[in-house]
Amino acid sequence: MENKILAYIETKQDKLKNNAYEIVSAARQTAERLNCEFDVLAITDISDEDLKITGKYGAEKIYKVSLKELNAKSGKTDFIYSYSANAVAISNFFILKGYSILLLSATMTGRDSAPRIAIKTESAIIPDVTELEIENEKLIAVRPVYAGKSNVKVKHKTDKVIFSLRPNVFKAILNEKETTIENVNIDSLNISAYDFKDFVKEIKLSSAKLDVSDADRIVSGGRGLRKDDVYHYELIEELANTIGAATGASRAVVDAGWRPQIEQVGQTGKTVSPSLYIACGISGAIQHLAGMSSSKCIVAINKDKDAPIFQTADYGIIGDLFEVIPELTKEFKKVL
Amino acid sequence: MKIAVCISYVPDSITKIKISDTGKSISGDGVSYILNPYDEFAVEEAVRTKEKFGGEVYAISFGTEKDRDVIKKAFQQGADKGIFILSENENYDSYTVAKNLADTIKKLSPDIIFTGKQSIDFDGYLVPNFLSEILELPSVNITTKLEISDNNVKAERDTEGGKETIEFKLPAIITTQKGINEPRYPNIKSIMAAKSKPIETIKAKFNDSLTEITEMKIPPLKSRGKIFSNSTSDAGELVRLLREEAKII
Repeated sequence: MENKILAYIETKQDKLKNNAYEIVSAARQTAERLNCEFDVLAITDISDEDLKITGKYGAEKIYKVSLKELNAKSGKTDFIYSYSANAVAISNFFILKGYSILLLSATMTGRDSAPRIAIKTESAIIPDVTELEIENEKLIAVRPVYAGKSNVKVKHKTDKVIFSLRPNVFKAILNEKETTIENVNIDSLNISAYDFKDFVKEIKLSSAKLDVSDADRIVSGGRGLRKDDVYHYELIEELANTIGAATGASRAVVDAGWRPQIEQVGQTGKTVSPSLYIACGISGAIQHLAGMSSSKCIVAINKDKDAPIFQTADYGIIGDLFEVIPELTKEFKKVL
Repeated sequence: MKIAVCISYVPDSITKIKISDTGKSISGDGVSYILNPYDEFAVEEAVRTKEKFGGEVYAISFGTEKDRDVIKKAFQQGADKGIFILSENENYDSYTVAKNLADTIKKLSPDIIFTGKQSIDFDGYLVPNFLSEILELPSVNITTKLEISDNNVKAERDTEGGKETIEFKLPAIITTQKGINEPRYPNIKSIMAAKSKPIETIKAKFNDSLTEITEMKIPPLKSRGKIFSNSTSDAGELVRLLREEAKII
């Protein structure tokens, strides 16, 4: 089967998600290495101008499926989208145009869609990929397993394959191209009311300005920030605000009810790969490391010099959090 | 109500991983296995659903001989019956697991199927949505809240930056996330009761896999970073390094 790549990009609240650029960039580079074509697909009603921003990262041809037109196929109106129907639309488009490789982001939505599309398109799926290599003209994926304690190289035994790429790991590289957008005729995708098996009725965004899963910088707090039975979130918050970071938390902090679960980083929380991760008062249990060890730069602040977090950290300060964090905030303020 | 819960046995996350002689998997020596933590929420939700609506909870698992005991863990948490799908082949992937589970679930024809949002060994998030496609059922993932009335379900799930409310009809697959419930600890009574609960063993019918691991490696230890422990002056030096050396600020 001849290689042909489809890059599926996500939008959120009338905007492209940041990882759309990584996916386009990864697709462009993979297409160049395999010497094949690649297209971009979005299911959205955002403006063409917004979609064309992906042209900066090498997108030449973007296919747009109108979410409104797709949803209309359900015969209902009172919902925002349907996971099952979106997966059918992507699958049918993939088959219709004869693609052999699908790249998408391993976000919570991407991870939901990818296995569904795999079954419908008879493709293999390799999830949460952190590296794509080419061996004998075939794509091989590298991904972490066992909470990041080991990596595996995985190959597919099928003609067609889907890779979901871990967000923030693949770089968005500028490569400006002339971009054209083609609206996909919804009738060509053969969607029926039967394909709508779930209905998203409401999306509640957390009150946090920035969510850990989208953030390029994260400041996380752990048990060490408790003093006199109070969790001193204000220290984390001020540092985070200073450098434009999201605030995260360790499991201990969430279990104690000091911070909401939405902030939890680690095995029972979110997996993140920001450019900068500052861990304050977090000892670095394997479950926490599983969620953040692929961050590009890790800074640890802890009073315990033997805390395992220091073995993963690129930089660290051993000291009293209640002195070090405000000092660090002050130093950042001087230069930002 | 007929309730199914799909579970898996995974190495405890504190286990030290060693690579086996094949270089493609972990060595089983000294590994202790636990019920996948997200499946604990699934078993608990299954048992709570039974307590509310009546019926029976079937714990279903796929694996090799060493995985059989996982069913007992679900019994201790309140599951009633067990089905263990025994694979003689160790080289399977998520697709193999899903194909076999789907076959068993189809015959059982449950009203609702629970499973953990991911298993902490391979973290693929694949099996639940493979199942939903093979069985043509709705699937709602990373669920933190569930309300069932008759055939109608309203669920809340985690998504990037918030929560979504989703409506769908039973039968359906629901994957559980921390927050949906507090799993109960087995007590003496439930541990004793678990001993007499029946496990049906069936042989895996499907052996096909779509992917193959060609190599497994332990990532090299990071060389130790620059760690300071002098005084408050460290903060200034750290900010300088983040700007000038790491170039991320």
